[in-house]
Formats: sequence, C-alpha cells, structure tokens
Amino acid sequence: MAPETLVLAGAEERPVRDLDSYRAVGGYAQLTKARAMPPGEVIKLLIESNLRGRGGAFFPTGRKASFIPTPDKIAKPVYITVNADESEPGTFKDREIMLRVPHRLIEGCLIAAHAIQSKFVFIYIRGEYSAEYEVLQAALDEATAAGLLGDVQILIHRGAGAYICGEETGLLESLEGKRGQPRSKPPFPAIEGLYASPTLINNVETITTIPVVLEVGPEEFAQIGVPPDSTGTRVFCLSGNVVRPGAYERPHGITVRELIYDIGGGIAGGRELKAVMVGGSSFPVMTPDEIDTKLDATSLGQKGLFIGSGVITAIDDRACIVQFALRVAQFYMHESCGKCTPCRVGTRWLVQLLRAVEDGTASEADFDLALDVCDRIIGKCLCVLGDSAAMPVASCVTKFRDEFRAHLEHGGCLFGADSSLAGLYAPVDQHHLAPVAHEAGL
Amino acid sequence: MTLIAEIQEVAKRYPDPRSAILPALRLAQEQYGWLPREALEQVSEALDLSPAYCMSVASFYDMFNLEPAGTHTIEVCTNVCCGLVNAQAVLEAFERELGVAPGETTPDGVITLRAVECLGGCSTPTIVAVDHRYRQSVTPEDVSVIVEELRGA
Repeated sequence: MAPETLVLAGAEERPVRDLDSYRAVGGYAQLTKARAMPPGEVIKLLIESNLRGRGGAFFPTGRKASFIPTPDKIAKPVYITVNADESEPGTFKDREIMLRVPHRLIEGCLIAAHAIQSKFVFIYIRGEYSAEYEVLQAALDEATAAGLLGDVQILIHRGAGAYICGEETGLLESLEGKRGQPRSKPPFPAIEGLYASPTLINNVETITTIPVVLEVGPEEFAQIGVPPDSTGTRVFCLSGNVVRPGAYERPHGITVRELIYDIGGGIAGGRELKAVMVGGSSFPVMTPDEIDTKLDATSLGQKGLFIGSGVITAIDDRACIVQFALRVAQFYMHESCGKCTPCRVGTRWLVQLLRAVEDGTASEADFDLALDVCDRIIGKCLCVLGDSAAMPVASCVTKFRDEFRAHLEHGGCLFGADSSLAGLYAPVDQHHLAPVAHEAGL
Repeated sequence: MTLIAEIQEVAKRYPDPRSAILPALRLAQEQYGWLPREALEQVSEALDLSPAYCMSVASFYDMFNLEPAGTHTIEVCTNVCCGLVNAQAVLEAFERELGVAPGETTPDGVITLRAVECLGGCSTPTIVAVDHRYRQSVTPEDVSVIVEELRGA
C-alpha cells in the first residue's frame, strides 16, 4: 500500500525548496526515467494510471496529452501551459504545492514536455502570489543552472488579478497579451491553443502528480483512491469553521465527515454544521445529512455534487445561507468577463434577487425566478463561470428553501447582525451599477 | 535601464512580444505607482501596441491602478472562507484606523485600502495582503500595528 502523502511527499514537516533537499527525497529520478522512454510510452503510463485533472474538470490527463499532435504530424511548435492561476474561493492547494515542493512541479513540467515533445512550458501564476512566484522562480533558476531543463524553456508568467484567467482559454488569451476573455470551443487547445498551436493545459497539482505516477507505477497508482475513476490522492483544502483548517493530502474516497471531524477536529466552538462548500464555491452546497459521501467523482456525482479543486469549507449554524448565496453570487458578478450575456446579466440578476430576499422585500415567486435565471445561465455561455454562480445559488434556494421563505415571513434576515457573514463586504460593491430590472418589471 | 528597454528585454523571452503586456504593465506600475497615460504610452511604445490597446488590457485586471494609489496597499480578503471567521471585523477595523472606505486612499496618499476576492490563504483567515505580501490569521487587534508599521516605514 502506497503512503498517503504522494504529491507532498518529503514535505510533510517542512518545505523542500532547494535542489539538494529535493534530490535527497528522490527528486528528478523520474525525469531521468521518463527521458529514457519513448515519449508515447510516458503518455501510455499516464493513461493507465487514470490520473485526472485536479483543476476542477477531472479530465483524464493521459488522454488529453494524447490529443496533442506529434512533431511529425504538424509543423508548428507545441506548448505546455501550467495553470497556476489558483483563484477558486476556498482553494489553496496549488499555493501549498508551489511553496512546499516547487521542484516536483518543475520535474512534472519536464516529464510532460518530454511526453508531448514540447520545448516551451509556460507556468501562468496568479498575480497576487508574490512569495509563491519567488519560491518557484528560485527553484527554476536552480534547475536551469543544474542543466536539468535540457532544450526545454520554462517561463513563469505572472497574472494580474482576474479569476477568469483560470479558465483554460481565458488563460491562453491572457498569455497572448489580451483581455482574458474565454474563446469559443472548438477548436480545443490541444489543436489550436497558444499562438494557434497545439497546447497542453494542466493544473499545478495534476502536473505535480506526474512524477508520482512514474514513481509508484501506473498499476499501483490506479489502485489508490477509488478506482477506476478517482485514482490517486488529492491535496484537500479544509477551511471555514473547523478547529484545524489546512491542506491535507489524502486518497480519493475519504468522506467529508472524516475530513471535518477526524482530521479537522470538528466544528470550532462545538457548534453545529449547517452546510459544506464542496469542490469550491462554483458547485452545489452539501447539507449535513450528506457528509458521509465519499470524496470521489462517482460518489459525489450520484448526489449532484462535484470534487472540483478539493475544497471542503465547513459552514456552521451561525451563518445565514441567503447571505452565503449572495456573497457567492457577488463574487461571480465581479469576475464575469462580460462576453456572454447570460453570465454578465444573469449574475447581476442573482445578486439583486438574493439581496431582495435578504432584505425581506422579495416574494415567493422570486425564488422560482432565481431558479429560472440559473436555468437560463447553465450551459448557455462559452465557459462555465456563469454556471459556477448558478449552481451554488440554485442549490441554496432548493436545499434551504425554508430558510429563504422565513426571510420573507420575518420581513428580513432572521439572523441579523448575529450571522457570521453579516454585512460582509464584496469588492463588487466598489462599483456603482444600476439595477438590472425595476421592481415593476419583476 | 529605461522602462522601455527593460520591457523590451522581458519581451524577448516570449515567442510574441505582445505576450509581455502584463509584465510590462507591472513594471510601469512599479515605476509610476499607477498607470497614468504616460505609463501606458511607454508600454505601447516598447511593445509596438497602441495606448488604447494597453488601456483596454490594463482595465481588465484588478491589480492595475487606473487612478493614483497610495504608497502602500492593504488588501483584505472578504470572500466566504475569511468571511466565516470575521473578515468583516478586520476590514472595519482598517476603515476606522485609516478613516477611509474600501477602494479609497488616505488623504496623505500613504495607504490605499481595498477589499479583495479570495487570495488563496483560506486555512489561515483572515488573509490581508500588505504591499502584496500575505499576513495570515489577521484579527482586528492586529490592525493598528500593521498601519503603524506602514506609516513608520
């Protein structure tokens, strides 16, 4: 049985930032192994391991790599872009990985570059990550000086504050020096990505897992977690009202209850759990009766939930769920790039409707209107940012309808200033926007 | 090295120089403190783009200041994970201490206060980025010390 810590192996106690320390825990041995193999063999190993993307979409990594044309099939260069634009609320795993095992990420980049025969890797890191950028750049400089890169170039590109650049085509636009507005697909990045060339895009955790797959071997990796679909481990991001929040690497299949109560020490102050943000703020919320669900794609999928980027945020009984839904909707309204109407306008509708519920000025019909707005966003835009606002809001309206209704009966928030989220400021409040619809029009 | 030369040096690392617009705007902002027309003109000159194009890109990203900003910035995460453990109280403490609202700069031009979306430090709330360096587990009691530190610097 493989140890639980794979991606963060060697860095359980303290970060492994310099090359010598990383080599001492077996670093770059898998790169040597990979480079001794034909590129296609490495892709085959990834397919056999059934490693899937850790950024949120859970797409099979090996298959994605296999879509990239080999150099004999295409005259253009092929690129790798690593998505380090971690901005999903509740997510901090990629930051932990970059701070704790930066060389493992670089080793993963180089193995991936060998697999698809790419000579150019871009790591797109979110602009706010200053310390993380410095740690990663220092590791890259060391690896370069040690001659580990060979004929591959790795460039760390810093973003400038835009959640949408974590969407793969928004990221490509941004990297090309444009506003980070998503593209229409197809063509998919594997065919026409960066500079209209074939481009492999993977999340930091996914790329960092590649050396692990080679180390433990694809057959054994495929047995970790919940085979066949959810193999390997995840660096779970535990936060919210728990006693011991943190990044915990565990195999797929651990339950939300185990994470919150056994690992996280339970709900702080001995309070009651009210809801859990699972996967990130982009997904439906979980209710306490669902916390024995295993964290794997299949078990979560059966309940209409998603594993996303491995987020588990515990929300205790002091929080007003309407305020929670409102704050989530405000985030997506702020981050909508404005390209697709359902997302640009729909997120504003949701914020306006939820505020009316919170203020007690909405009516029962507005709940259905909110659900209708969600329905008119989901699946109707170029990317999933709008869906990411609609899914959590719809789940709050549906799963907590009694609490929503109580707001109307009470003529406003039941919790008032006692809610843990009372009065929470949202950056979108810094803009002055006219309402999307007049009351008469509602 | 002039700003233009510095930007052109960075641009050489990319297959297409336009890709260097974010690092270029970052360099320009470091020099000017924000992005006045002159800064955008320098970036456009260095990358052979129009100032209007540079403005359209700069306005898309939250980290670029299109108005003059303070010498120091304090950014308080007010997304839900920090919110659940009282980010609002931290933000309010900064508002009281500085006498400005989120998005504003103190009248002496020293400190800009902002509320920002999730900074990715959810296990140590509340996260406050002071001049883009994360302070973890910040409480309202820490606020006056942080402000004093910046005023003294």
